[in-house]
Amino acid sequence: MPFNLLVLFCLCYVAMLFCVAFLAERRAAEGRVRWLRSPAIYTLSLSIYCTAWTFYGAVGYAARSGLEFVTIYLGPTLVFVGWWWVLRKLVRIGRQQRVTSIADLISSRFGKSNILGVVVTLIAVIAATPYIALQLQSVTLSFAVFASGTPEGWALPNRDATAIWVAGGLALFTILFGTRNLDAKEQHHGVVLAIAVEAVVKLVALLAVGIFVVWGIAGGAQEVFARIDATQAAGWTLQPDRWIGMIAVSGAAVICLPRMFQVMVVEGGEDRHLALASWAFPAYLLLMSLFIVPIAVIGLERMPAGSNPDMFVLTLPLAEGQGGLALLAFLGGFSSATSMVIVESIALATMVSNHIVMPLWLRLAPKAAMKGDVRRIVLLARRLSIVGVLGLGYAYYRMSGGSAALAAMGLIAFAGMAQVLPVLLGGIFWRGATKAGAVAGLVTGFAVWAFTLLLPFFGPGTLLPQAVFDHGLFGLGWLRPQALFGIAGMDPLVHAIFWSAVLNTAAFCAGSLLTFPGPVERMQGAAFVNVFDADAAGPQGWARGRAEPEALLMMAQRILGEEPALALFEAEARAQGKAGYLPDATPDFVAGLERRLAGSVGAATAHAMISQIVGRATVSVEDLMAVANETAQIMEYSAQLEAQREELSRTAGALREANEKLTQLSVQKDAFLSQISHELRTPMTSIRAFSEVLTEGDLPPELVANYGRIIHDEAIRLTRLLDDLLDLSVLENGSVQLNLSLVNLQQLLDRALAAASHTRPERSFTVIRDLPAENLFLRTDGDRLVQVFINLVSNARKYCDAASPALTISVRQRAGRVHVDFTDNGTGIAKQHQAIIFEKFARLSDQHRAGGAGLGLAICREVMANLGGQVSYLPGRGGASFRVTLPLRIGRQAA
Amino acid sequence: MARRVPLFLKRRSYRQRRLRDAARLLPLVGMFLLLVPLIGAGGAGNTAGHGLYLFLVWLGLVAAAAALSAGLGSDPGDDGEADSPAPPDRPR
Repeated sequence: MPFNLLVLFCLCYVAMLFCVAFLAERRAAEGRVRWLRSPAIYTLSLSIYCTAWTFYGAVGYAARSGLEFVTIYLGPTLVFVGWWWVLRKLVRIGRQQRVTSIADLISSRFGKSNILGVVVTLIAVIAATPYIALQLQSVTLSFAVFASGTPEGWALPNRDATAIWVAGGLALFTILFGTRNLDAKEQHHGVVLAIAVEAVVKLVALLAVGIFVVWGIAGGAQEVFARIDATQAAGWTLQPDRWIGMIAVSGAAVICLPRMFQVMVVEGGEDRHLALASWAFPAYLLLMSLFIVPIAVIGLERMPAGSNPDMFVLTLPLAEGQGGLALLAFLGGFSSATSMVIVESIALATMVSNHIVMPLWLRLAPKAAMKGDVRRIVLLARRLSIVGVLGLGYAYYRMSGGSAALAAMGLIAFAGMAQVLPVLLGGIFWRGATKAGAVAGLVTGFAVWAFTLLLPFFGPGTLLPQAVFDHGLFGLGWLRPQALFGIAGMDPLVHAIFWSAVLNTAAFCAGSLLTFPGPVERMQGAAFVNVFDADAAGPQGWARGRAEPEALLMMAQRILGEEPALALFEAEARAQGKAGYLPDATPDFVAGLERRLAGSVGAATAHAMISQIVGRATVSVEDLMAVANETAQIMEYSAQLEAQREELSRTAGALREANEKLTQLSVQKDAFLSQISHELRTPMTSIRAFSEVLTEGDLPPELVANYGRIIHDEAIRLTRLLDDLLDLSVLENGSVQLNLSLVNLQQLLDRALAAASHTRPERSFTVIRDLPAENLFLRTDGDRLVQVFINLVSNARKYCDAASPALTISVRQRAGRVHVDFTDNGTGIAKQHQAIIFEKFARLSDQHRAGGAGLGLAICREVMANLGGQVSYLPGRGGASFRVTLPLRIGRQAA
Repeated sequence: MARRVPLFLKRRSYRQRRLRDAARLLPLVGMFLLLVPLIGAGGAGNTAGHGLYLFLVWLGLVAAAAALSAGLGSDPGDDGEADSPAPPDRPR
């Protein structure tokens, strides 16, 4: 096939990819991204795991080592099949924190640390450089294969020239579609769709070659099996250590490789994407690996000895005269290489610009950083980084001479990038992981990897002198690069993987256990580890800072662009209920803005820029504690409010009760007044009536005498009533003058009984007394006490309805007080009346029978209160029973 | 702030949980099956047999993952519902 035709084909293919990418970008710009973000496209984009290393190198690998090549695909299969363990969390964190690269993830997790970003970026660039060189080499080799096979017999004029053309073309494509815009979410729909197309092309190409080899050359599956059994080359034995080590390292690589992280996390994955990819991506890998061994076996059989097994995919169809198939295979290989280089360089350029260029620029020109157009600087940095990364790859290709086996280079890159895995897993599952631990782990792992795998790869005498191989670094025998600690005899690759993993993890854990994380680190740690808890947002780092919304807007405009920034601020202002474009710079808003900016320039840079405006570079532990305290204070305050509210309601209840009592008292007063006017009016009426009759004269003298007596009686009754009222009012006011002396209770009772005997003298009335108990002396007002006794005795005489009435008077002393009980044998007082008998004008029977105003017991109660005691009704004693309680010696206060 | 997690789950949520357990278990099962060819050290003369075995295991893993992902991908995450007492089954 003419070489020019091949080049033309390539250019057409690339033009087609341009169109695909361009159309995808157009659709995305119109907002129709739904189809572009479907799980199928996502899964296909993951296929950049299969690079030219897979496409060409796997056959070479199989030819040299048999089945071992599948480990490179079994590791990712296990990782994806077990997506519920790591990938789901990783993707969720990536979306929530707007992670832009794996370096950004690590830096963001460990307190937005820039050092970690730099370390991971450096590891990624160093590990990726041979890998990119490998892609350039494979494309160059495939060109060479076609060139040498042409009938015209011309040889490829200059391999280096081919490589530089390929590198230049890829740089152009990447810059065009990878850095067209500084997207807030760092997503490249055009590139993703282009690599999805390439994924289909390379799968179809490899399957076509495989089917041709199995059914076109070998003559069926059975035949192929037989030939595989027949071709038992040396070194095809499965080696357990390499088997396990390479499954592990490829599983780590599929998570950590910058390009895989880019398509898996950064370009936006969701659970539904992963759910499809969890089986479809392993299935893709399965199909890619299905025909590798047959191609290798048939190639070994058919091709002349000494031909490069890495190129069997191309050379076999060519040798069989299948030019079209070979062209398809060439396009497949070309696709594999280009898609990998494009995505890898985008990922690396993002890392370099976000973690190395931007921080440097902020450091060197902080004034310009706050004024100039950041977007242009970032994009320029990215474009230069892409050129730089590809240039490094090209330089490496030139340096290594393009001779080494493809598989070996790929494995070195895998092992190098796998150094990030312990820190990554620790970061998302262990809150105790600290920045110092992460730096220690990464540096240790990287150093061990470089010393045991990368540097020895170039052979003794190039980068490491022979002496180091033989006697160890600095002549220390236990520091030999392929026999660390004196343990010789391991496979060099397994040796490197084993020791780097062990020392890396050990340094990471030890560093984390021994150091104390900073406040931002602790916040981020909690946010990452508890990413699935909706309420684990925790305190915001900006709670204490003060930011001018206008300054924030200006900065956001310079990073996000004017329109998106204005829209963002306006939306926030509206959410806060404000008009215009300037919302209050609440901590939530500032934190959200920082995440948004982090999606463009990385967490560390965004943090640094925001803190320049907010005026505080870091949050201190005190701030975090203060925020926590504030929350506690608010809770305490609300508890206080609650208590006050309860107290208020209690007071209100008391007031209501008091009010009711007052109303009642007012009613009582009214009742009292009407009662008293009634009591006064009755005798007055009869006095007036009889005196009128008397003034008319002309009456018999006995009638006059009779009328005069009635008037006199009524006047006495009135006087007595008024006396009682006066007495009561004096007693109630407490202004009564007590006449205290030492008195004998027995004598008082004698006086009372004698005085009361005038009441209903016609009735025989038995009094039962306890004379010995009565014989005690009291210090009190004797006359007043007698008044009470008289009242009680005469009540008994008046109301006791027994046939032979009897009154029992018993006296008891208890704790300095004297109880005097007056109990008769009548029917007593009904329960519903017991409460009111001590009220004024309370009369249970009709007035004439009682012959009193109903003030007696009320006066008794007031007298006893003045004497420091009380009179109460004793229920359940058979008849009516009253108890008078008074102190033996009345206190000075009461007097 | 401990989230209140009910002790017993509805039938649907229960199945969802066990599905996740299965998804977590699958890579371990896969790891074990992929290490089986190492046992016995008979790899020398048996590349075709080993290859067939490995690809069958691989296919099995893909199929199992596909079966599981159907139930896992669409999960809305509502696993917090407690089992409400269901009406007793009536004898028919």
